[in-house]
Amino acid sequence: MTSTSIERATSISDDNSPSAAPQTVLEVAGLQTVFHTQDGDVHAVNDVSFTLESGELLGIVGESGSGKSVTMMSLLKLLPMPPAEIVAGKVMFDGRDLLQLDLEQLRDVRGGDIGFIFQDPMTSLNPVFTVGFQIMEPLRVHMKLNKKQARERAIELLELVGIPSAADRLRDFPHQFSGGMRQRVMIAIALACDPKVLIADEPTTALDVTVQAQIIEIVKDLRQKLGMAIVWITHDLGVVAGIADRVAVMYGGQIVEYADVAHLYDDPRHPYTRALLQTLPRQEGEREARLVSIPGQAPNLKGALTSCPFAPRCSQAHDKCLQQNPPLFDVNDQQKSACWLEEAND
Amino acid sequence: MLNYTIRRLFLAIPTLLFISLVIFFLVKLSPSDPTANLPLTIPPEVREKIRESLGVNQPLFVQFGLWLKQLMISEPLYWSNQIFGTNFDIGQRIISYQTRSPVMDIVIQRMPQTLTVVGTSYLVGILIALPIGIISAYRQYSFFDQAGTFVSMIGFSVPPFFSGVLVIVIFSVQLGWLPSIYDTTHVVTDWDSFVVQFKQMIMPVMVLALQTTAQISRFLRASMLDNLNQDYVRTARAKGLSEKVVVLVHVLRNSLIPVITVIALGVPAIFGGAIITEQVFKVNGLGQLLIISIQAGDVPTVQTLTFMFAVLIVLFNLVADVLYGLLDPRIRYD
Repeated sequence: MTSTSIERATSISDDNSPSAAPQTVLEVAGLQTVFHTQDGDVHAVNDVSFTLESGELLGIVGESGSGKSVTMMSLLKLLPMPPAEIVAGKVMFDGRDLLQLDLEQLRDVRGGDIGFIFQDPMTSLNPVFTVGFQIMEPLRVHMKLNKKQARERAIELLELVGIPSAADRLRDFPHQFSGGMRQRVMIAIALACDPKVLIADEPTTALDVTVQAQIIEIVKDLRQKLGMAIVWITHDLGVVAGIADRVAVMYGGQIVEYADVAHLYDDPRHPYTRALLQTLPRQEGEREARLVSIPGQAPNLKGALTSCPFAPRCSQAHDKCLQQNPPLFDVNDQQKSACWLEEAND
Repeated sequence: MLNYTIRRLFLAIPTLLFISLVIFFLVKLSPSDPTANLPLTIPPEVREKIRESLGVNQPLFVQFGLWLKQLMISEPLYWSNQIFGTNFDIGQRIISYQTRSPVMDIVIQRMPQTLTVVGTSYLVGILIALPIGIISAYRQYSFFDQAGTFVSMIGFSVPPFFSGVLVIVIFSVQLGWLPSIYDTTHVVTDWDSFVVQFKQMIMPVMVLALQTTAQISRFLRASMLDNLNQDYVRTARAKGLSEKVVVLVHVLRNSLIPVITVIALGVPAIFGGAIITEQVFKVNGLGQLLIISIQAGDVPTVQTLTFMFAVLIVLFNLVADVLYGLLDPRIRYD
């Protein structure tokens, strides 16, 4: 690995060294995504706003159906449209609103400035093309490399994500790789064009625990080397605690708590976050007879939210919760919570 | 892959023997008499003599064995003499009851007509089916897809003896644009004769292509729809590839795997000719030969033709399997 990517990498991480003032690379404001289905509209993303600073790792947590993935896919319009429609919001990246770009311009951003890693590495790679071909594709499209340069860069990338004898493995097909190795290939593809932002959509969910740990290590390591901002979607609170700088907790298609990682784990403010943290099994003390769970079910998102979506499952819910959906209140400069209990503190 | 192919070829031998035996008895069991078409004035003893000369009154197994010997030994030796100038003693070749000429010679005479008409229609059918299948899947439930579905339904459900006669009525009888009879003696020498050939091919080719198109386009559409929802398509889009590359490279390559095997399995049918369509347009190809041979109780011709078709079917089944292995890297036979 003597070649350019490492030099490029170091130069980027110099720019983003802690002393440099963090810049906002991605700013999402008021994003709303609706799925028009035969049974009516499903409001999957409701007024989601967040910012991502350069070099930052933002964790997005929430249970299945909370709108984590849909939010991220909406940013690059990767959802099937129709049925999906992004009804409102702004996604500012590089001084442009991604939602206003035409498809041609958006394609330059996809895979170029913003890389995506998906959940299931077993199905996310095309089975009939070699891994080399699939890594080289974005290189040739975005960086306009010729075949030979693309090949060299692909070998570099595979080495970067820790795949041994990279040059030979370029000729292999996805089915000749294990799950963990495939996810490394996916990471290599996402990183191919030195993206400013990497969106990882539950990248470790489909992997077993030891492989998960390896993938997390790789991402941590790459983040240091390449200095890009990362959005890490997961429902694993343990993973987020270990790697994230800030965390957004999503419920019912909206962000219910948004805080830096220390505040979130030390002093969770939203009842949902608290409930989530209580469900984590403890390592010390006597083993509980049953794992703790949050009673009730994830909300049905048909129709716009008119009350707090968590209210039916919340032990502290009161009348107001059922009448009005709370906005995000500032708890302190590092923490926001969408709960009427915070109204007084705001 | 080579081992697998060789093993399959060996396994094909008993299969083909069994098929030829079944065909032989099927034809023999049917109440047909090779002398039935002869004039009624022929006295019974002469008729009996003719039967004897054809070998029809011998035991069935002797007849079958004789045919097998002629097919496996006499015919190859004859062709070796013809092509390489060798001088084998070939004995009796397979002789048609009807024409008293070697069956293989008739087959070779008729093969070009069938391959021209039916082969072209197969190619045309596939070439029309590919874009229809791709666009129908990509724009599912669009107007184009609905129209494609409608045309496919027609292709599936309207038999060629109807559609063939219908186009003849419209384009030959009413409009007078195209000839209703396919002239197999026509030779293409220059532009004008090519135009004549082209015009006489249009109707039979389109009638047959409609069926191929219906089948392949539906199959490709279903296969494309399966693949368009796969995760790897999302990955391809997330890489910033254009829709053209996503659909025509990533999705199509995967979708074509099952379709190509279907296409390969359809190839023997080209040689089999289009029995009804050849009749309608008076193309004297292999399909028509088979029909008149069955009607005349011409066992050697029927037997030889169907055996050829059986060989082709077994062979192209193997080709389909091998293609599957070549196209899909996940499938390996060794």
